[in-house]
Amino acid sequence: MKARDILPGLLVLALLALAPLVASNAALNFLLSSLIVALAAQGWNLLGGYAGQLSFGHAAFFGTGAYATAILQLRYGVNAWAGLAIGVALGALVGWMIGFLSFRARLRGSYFALVTLAFAEVLRILANAFDLTGGAAGLLIRMAPGAANLQFPSRATFLWLVLAIVAAVLLLTAWIAGGRMGARLVAVRENEDAARALGVDALRVKLGAIALSGGITAAAGCLYAQNFLYLDANIAYGTWISVEVLIACILGGSGTVLGPVIGALALHGAGEAAKIALNGIAGPVPGIDLMLFGALLILAVAFLPQGVMGGLRRAARGLAR
Amino acid sequence: MFPPALIAEAAVNGLLAGAAYALVALGLTLVYGVLHIVNFAHGALLTCAMFAAWGLHAAFGLDPYLSIPPLALAFFAFGYALQRWVIGPSSHGDDGNTLLVTLGLSIVLENALLALFRSDTRTLGGDAGFDVVEVGPMLLSRPRLIGFGVALLTAALLWALLSATDTGRAIRAVAKEKLGAQLVGIDPRHVYAVTFGLGCACLAVAACLLLPTFYVNPRVGNAFVLVAFTIVVLGGMGSIPGALLGGLFVGLVESLGGLFLGDSLGQLGIFVIFILVLLFRPTGLFGAKA
Repeated sequence: MKARDILPGLLVLALLALAPLVASNAALNFLLSSLIVALAAQGWNLLGGYAGQLSFGHAAFFGTGAYATAILQLRYGVNAWAGLAIGVALGALVGWMIGFLSFRARLRGSYFALVTLAFAEVLRILANAFDLTGGAAGLLIRMAPGAANLQFPSRATFLWLVLAIVAAVLLLTAWIAGGRMGARLVAVRENEDAARALGVDALRVKLGAIALSGGITAAAGCLYAQNFLYLDANIAYGTWISVEVLIACILGGSGTVLGPVIGALALHGAGEAAKIALNGIAGPVPGIDLMLFGALLILAVAFLPQGVMGGLRRAARGLAR
Repeated sequence: MFPPALIAEAAVNGLLAGAAYALVALGLTLVYGVLHIVNFAHGALLTCAMFAAWGLHAAFGLDPYLSIPPLALAFFAFGYALQRWVIGPSSHGDDGNTLLVTLGLSIVLENALLALFRSDTRTLGGDAGFDVVEVGPMLLSRPRLIGFGVALLTAALLWALLSATDTGRAIRAVAKEKLGAQLVGIDPRHVYAVTFGLGCACLAVAACLLLPTFYVNPRVGNAFVLVAFTIVVLGGMGSIPGALLGGLFVGLVESLGGLFLGDSLGQLGIFVIFILVLLFRPTGLFGAKA
């Protein structure tokens, strides 16, 4: 792990930690939801970016984390922090199970993308139908502000907590990327057969990646539940989160340490800006931010093969010359 | 238990609905078989076609069945342009990229429709949806019977086009051996775009057939996209008879699943089939090779 790789990231997060000094409550809320998506995207990045397994169904992990935290608190009176830990573990377990089934069946590329999407949809339909998850009405977490309940009266405290977790995952990603595990992940991404021929246990590497990825994205789900105190199947297991984390990674630079965070912030920033700009001209236009997300995804694939991070790196190299 | 007549009626209605699914899947499987890409924008393109058919009816009172020829042509052109100038160039020939570009396209199209038409659900109005024919003890919907016939006809036409015309031969040549086709003077970019256009034309036909009994809103395509993927996987990626049989089968499963499990869990059957087929028989029930 080289300091050069992580210092800019930690600097960005440290600057964001100062936001409560100047920003309004609305701006803090915006920052919070962007960072929760950034955390989920960091999870996607390990599997989709480093290991090269495109997932269209990360909602499966996000929702599992969110529902686990909510259900444990509401139905079993478990402390929210313990709920967070169990949610992360369950997210990793769901990841491992989906990975075990699909990687054992040798699903790759588009097939893997489709099967993850189907798993997420199955979970969405189940969560929508059963009483345990509150059915279609959803679940409302009782408001009880206090650090012990993972609810904070001040937005700033919650922001700092989320920032700390994002920073921790940033360090973890940099550590993995710089080590043997990272080399194995990239080997599997670039050429699985060749990696196997060199003695890399591809199945084990991919299972490790998807479990870790599931756990991190589940953590984002838990924080989402604690932030909004409400969820239903279309929020927790909805395709929106699968799509947003994917676009955030591709836009920011998938397979880079800082990519998902930059991507999520840029994506939400651009969406918000488009909404505000159009509001002045044509009144509220539904779907304008998502339209922009889709267009950005196409443009990133077409012109920025390694996202914003890759573009910055190329620009830096150009300047150095 | 349900009386046998009720089950039979559900089964026949499922088969009739399955014909529309089959037509949607036909376009998807054609594109997959030739371009070897998964077109994630298929559902959103179907929504566009349904809005176009609805618009023609609302603006000019054009019967959806009469809109089939002009819309099929228009969507052929639209699909050709999309593949030739958007999807093809921006994917750099990488399957993962194509998947991402078509995903982006589907988000753009769906939300453009949302911005234009808002999230209201629209129908043709009138009572076409309740027009029934009595067959023995069963009441069958007339638009669905027509849809069944036209879907089979479209599949037959497509099959004839692929097997008996020069364009069809070029498409099959590129699907089998891209480099060889290039060597005999076929431009794969043109063939890819024609294939994509044909897939979109199938969607336009499906949209016109669906409209009398279905509703339109900007998200309606989502209901079809995973169903269509299931059918394509079930029938074997790229197989036209597979798509037809798969479509009928999925229609049957959905209808009977809805009868026995209720509407909200009835959908589950399709996804479970999808996952099981992908995990245990990824070449599909009719597919020959991996």
